[in-house]
Amino acid sequence: MASKLKVATCSLAGCFGCHMSLLDIDERLLDLLEVVEFDRSPINDIKLIEGMVDLGLVEGGLCNAENVHVLKHFREHCRIIVSVGECAITGGIPSMRNHHALKECLEEAYIRGVGVENAHIPNDPEIPLLLNKVYPLHEVVKVDYFLPGCPPSADAFWHFLTELIAGRDPSLPLQLLRYD
Amino acid sequence: MCPDSIKTFFLDGREIPFREGQSVFDAAMTAGAFIPHLCHNPDYEPHSSCRLCTVIVNGRPFASCTQPAVAGQMVQSDTPELREMRRVLTQMLFVEGNHYCPSCEKSGNCKLQATAYDLGLQDNHFPQFFPKRELDASHAEIILDRDRCILCGLCVRVSRDVDKKSVFAMTGRGIHTVIVVDSPSGLLKDSKVTAQDEAVQHCPVGALLLKGKGFDVPIGERIYDKAPIAEDSVAKFQAREAHIHG
Repeated sequence: MASKLKVATCSLAGCFGCHMSLLDIDERLLDLLEVVEFDRSPINDIKLIEGMVDLGLVEGGLCNAENVHVLKHFREHCRIIVSVGECAITGGIPSMRNHHALKECLEEAYIRGVGVENAHIPNDPEIPLLLNKVYPLHEVVKVDYFLPGCPPSADAFWHFLTELIAGRDPSLPLQLLRYD
Repeated sequence: MCPDSIKTFFLDGREIPFREGQSVFDAAMTAGAFIPHLCHNPDYEPHSSCRLCTVIVNGRPFASCTQPAVAGQMVQSDTPELREMRRVLTQMLFVEGNHYCPSCEKSGNCKLQATAYDLGLQDNHFPQFFPKRELDASHAEIILDRDRCILCGLCVRVSRDVDKKSVFAMTGRGIHTVIVVDSPSGLLKDSKVTAQDEAVQHCPVGALLLKGKGFDVPIGERIYDKAPIAEDSVAKFQAREAHIHG
């Protein structure tokens, strides 16, 4: 039997909806696990990719310094990177803050927010620094494929993954192509 | 072959009959051949500003919505080059505005989105502009969300030519072009616009919307949930032709 393809996944500035949708392929997960094994992923809680993996599925855009580090780590360790979902592809809902200065956003949440006590902008060194703007992935690293949707449906995931694993063009057919 | 008395041209090798005065676009759609388009609504005068309906006529590019059909002309529309040009134009429309499909009331009824599906767009390729545009929610019944505007000019034309109010106009140049409202304050609430105006009904995207109606039809049951835009717009065009010309 051929060795299994290694797949890593992560969620950056996203909502984990894309990961939930991947899990929504339900019993087809068993078929998928016949041909792939998961490396670093929130599914197994592995934090770093050792060596190279074949496929990196990246959900969410880039809103802080840690997102950028994780994405660059993925780019260095994945043969193929896929932008998964609206936020990874366009910045999505988190990028709505791009129309305001970062300072304004922080003050709105932590200084002027309703019911805020001990008002101050969090500055614990453990908290990743926010980027001035939210960016889609392809503006920072080369992205090989895009899987749109908010989230991409389970069928879209299934089509994309099975076609890609079979070595074919994984473009979505019209009935699976959605941005919402 | 069509009878000699009927004039025809060739679209991607297919013989298309036309009536005198018909545009390439109108004749093609009547014959069931979809040409992607955004700024053109067949109920109103064509404008040829979005350039999505560009076809090659006898070797030269023209906007098919304003190009008169001429007997014997050779027209190309569904070619890899034109398809790629339409893809790039559509990608640029997406990055130049702020199009958040997941949170937009128009999703599923939006011609920009449906056209992008038709063209198979899975990414926007270009860096996002994230332009800052003013929202006008001042009117009791109408909202003008400039984030979603693709500057097709349909509201400008319809308000001027049909509603006879000229509520909307475009100002600025290039990337700085925006829709403005004719009122002392520049706000919709102080203009002559009403929710019954035709100009408000036909925005191809979610830039002009009636308040409180955004989710009357649930996601999943909307125009382009039921049929892709190619199928839907050809069917509507043919029904309209049959109604007007028998």
